[in-house]
Amino acid sequence: MQPLSITAFTATCAAGAGRAELLRALDTGRTGLAPNDFGREPLKTWVGRVAGVEESPLPADFAHYECRNNRLAWMGLRRDGFLDAVEAARRRHGSDRVALVLGTSTSSIGATEEAYTRLTPEGHFPEDLRYQAVHTPHSTGEFLQRVLGLSNVGVTVATACSSSAKAYAQAARLIELGIADAAVVGGVDSLCGSVLFGFNSLALVSPEPCRPFDAQRAGISIGEAAAFALLEREGKGPRLSGYGESSDAHHMSTPHPSGRGARLAMNDALARASLGPAAIDYINLHGTASLKNDEIEAQAIAEMFPAHTHASSTKGWTGHTLGAAGALEAVVTLLSLESGLMPGNLNTRELDPTCGPQVRLDNASGRVRHALSNSFGFGGSNCVLLFAAE
Amino acid sequence: MNLLRTPARLHVNGVALWSQRLPGWERARQVLAGREAAPQEPASRPAPELLPPTERRRAPDTVSVAMEAALSACKSAQLPPASLPCVFSSMHGDLTITDYMCSTMATTPTLVSPTKFHNSVHNAAAGYWTIAAECTRPYTSLSAGDFSFGAGLLETCVQALAGNENVLLVAYDIDARGPLAPVAASKGLLSVGLIVSPQRGPRALAQFDLEVVSGSGLQPSRARPENAALVAGNSTESCLPFVEALALGGTHDLLCLATPTLGLKLHLEAA
Repeated sequence: MQPLSITAFTATCAAGAGRAELLRALDTGRTGLAPNDFGREPLKTWVGRVAGVEESPLPADFAHYECRNNRLAWMGLRRDGFLDAVEAARRRHGSDRVALVLGTSTSSIGATEEAYTRLTPEGHFPEDLRYQAVHTPHSTGEFLQRVLGLSNVGVTVATACSSSAKAYAQAARLIELGIADAAVVGGVDSLCGSVLFGFNSLALVSPEPCRPFDAQRAGISIGEAAAFALLEREGKGPRLSGYGESSDAHHMSTPHPSGRGARLAMNDALARASLGPAAIDYINLHGTASLKNDEIEAQAIAEMFPAHTHASSTKGWTGHTLGAAGALEAVVTLLSLESGLMPGNLNTRELDPTCGPQVRLDNASGRVRHALSNSFGFGGSNCVLLFAAE
Repeated sequence: MNLLRTPARLHVNGVALWSQRLPGWERARQVLAGREAAPQEPASRPAPELLPPTERRRAPDTVSVAMEAALSACKSAQLPPASLPCVFSSMHGDLTITDYMCSTMATTPTLVSPTKFHNSVHNAAAGYWTIAAECTRPYTSLSAGDFSFGAGLLETCVQALAGNENVLLVAYDIDARGPLAPVAASKGLLSVGLIVSPQRGPRALAQFDLEVVSGSGLQPSRARPENAALVAGNSTESCLPFVEALALGGTHDLLCLATPTLGLKLHLEAA
C-alpha cells in the first residue's frame, strides 16, 4: 500500500494523559493500574482508571452527549495539540474531505446502565437520561464528528478488542479510494459494569495487576482510554505502512488454538508493506494476560519472527482498554518509533515457557524502524497495524 | 461533486431480505413489486441452518436474522460463504441482550450470564457467521445511528473496490425491549443481505454507478408508502428504497445517506 502519514497523535489512559506522561510512565516502569474503586460494589480486581473524568464536563452545546465515554473522548482530544491539528487539516482539505472512524466496544453503555439503576416508579428512564444520543453504539462517533466539525464519513467500528485497530484499516481504504483526504481515527472505551462483571463471569479477570506472558498469569486487568491519530496522504510524522485483518472462524470468546487468525493478520500486514518478519524491530503484542491469548500469541511470535525482534504487551501499564486498545497501543508503538524505547512486560516476573526470545521482561532502547501492533478480539476478529519511522 | 476519485461501477451479485412481513427474497420481491400481498400473519423468526440444531433456538434474534440474510445472499449469488469478506451493520446491535445486561447490572451484576455477555458485543452476529461459515476473511461490524445501512453499504463498496472482489453486506436490527425501548426505538425483525463487486457475477441482479456526495439538505430516496409500512420503525428500514429498486427492476436513481450530510448517489439498472 501507499504509506500514509500520521501527522498528529495522542493518547490518554491510566498510565498518563498525553504522550509525554505516557512515555515517562513506560520509561520508568510506573503502572497506571490500581485497586478497583469503580461502581457501587466494586469487583475485587485492579483497573486502569483515568483520573479526572468526573470533573471534565462536555462543552455546554454538547450536554446531550454527557456520559463517561464521551467525556473521556473530549479529555483525550485536548492533549498534544490534537484539536488544533484537526482544525488545520479541516481548513487544508475541507470539512467534507476529513473522515472520522472510531473504534469502541463499550461506547456510552455506562449511561444506559446508569439509567436502569434510576428508573422512575413507572419504569421509565430518568428525565436527564432520556436522550437517544447516549443510548446507541454510535454515540461517541457521532459526538466526535460533530465536536470536530467534520462532514465526510462518520462511522463506528465495534468489533470488540480489535475495533480501533480496524478503524485505521477502514480509514486507510477511504483515503486510498479518494473518498477522504485525511481521517481522524481513534478508540475510546470506558469502565462500566458490563465489561467488569462480564469478563469476570468468564473467569478472565485477574485479582491482582495483570502480568502479561507470566507463567503464573491470572487474567486481565480492565482499563479505559481515549487515543487518536490523524492520517493524511502527505506530511511530517511516522507512517502507517500496512494493516492486516482476518477472522479466527473458531469460537466467540476463545482464540483459535494454533493462532491461525493472528498469523493471517500479521502476514497480511507484512505483505501489504512488502516486508519480511526480519525487518520488524518491535511488536506491541495483544498480550491480555489471559491464559489462552498469551499462550497462543507467544507461540505464533516464536515461530514467525527472528530472535532480534523485541516483543511485549504494555497492558501491565494501561490495563486492557478493550475497544480502545488498538488505538492506544498504536500510539505506544508510534512513541517507540520516535523515541527508540521498546517497553518490556511490566508486572511480569517469570516468562511463560512458550515465549521465544522475542518476548522481553525489561525495557530496551535502540533504533526502531518498523513496528507492529497486534489486536485480537472476541468473535475472532483480528487486526494488525504496521508502522514505519518517518 | 463526487468525492470518489474515479467513477465506480459495481454489481449486485446476490440479495437476501428477511422481515416478519417480507420473509425471504422470493416472496419479498413479489410483494415489493406489487404483484402479491404481504402475508397477513407475521412469520416466526428464521432458524439459521448453518448453526447446530441445539444452538438454533437459543441464538439471539440478531444472530438469527443476520445469519439468515448472510446465507441466503450467498446462495443467491452462488458463492461459497467461506470466501467472502463481510460488513455487518446494525444501529443498535442486540437490544434484547442490552436490556438483559443493563437490568442485571442494576440488580445482580455478579450473576451475569457469561454467554449473554459474550453475545452482547456488537460483532456477535458477525462472529457467529464467520465461525459457522468457516470464513477466515476479515469482517467488520459497524454502527452509524439512523444511517447504519448507508454506512454499511458505503464500507461494502469501499472494500469491494479496494480489493476488486465480492463483499457481503448484512444489515439488521431487531425490536427494542424494556425501559430502553422508548429511547432506542426499533420495531420488528429486519435483515438485508447484499453481495457487491466490481466484477459481474453469474446471478447478478443489477449494476450501479456510485457517486459519494456531501452537503446539507440531501434528501434520501423513499420507498413506496405501502412497502415502507411493512418495515416501518425498524432501525434498518432505510435499506428499503434500494431493495425495492432491485425488486422492481428497470432503472432507478437513488440517494442513500451514510451520515446526515454524506450520501451514496446510485444510478441502478437491473441486469
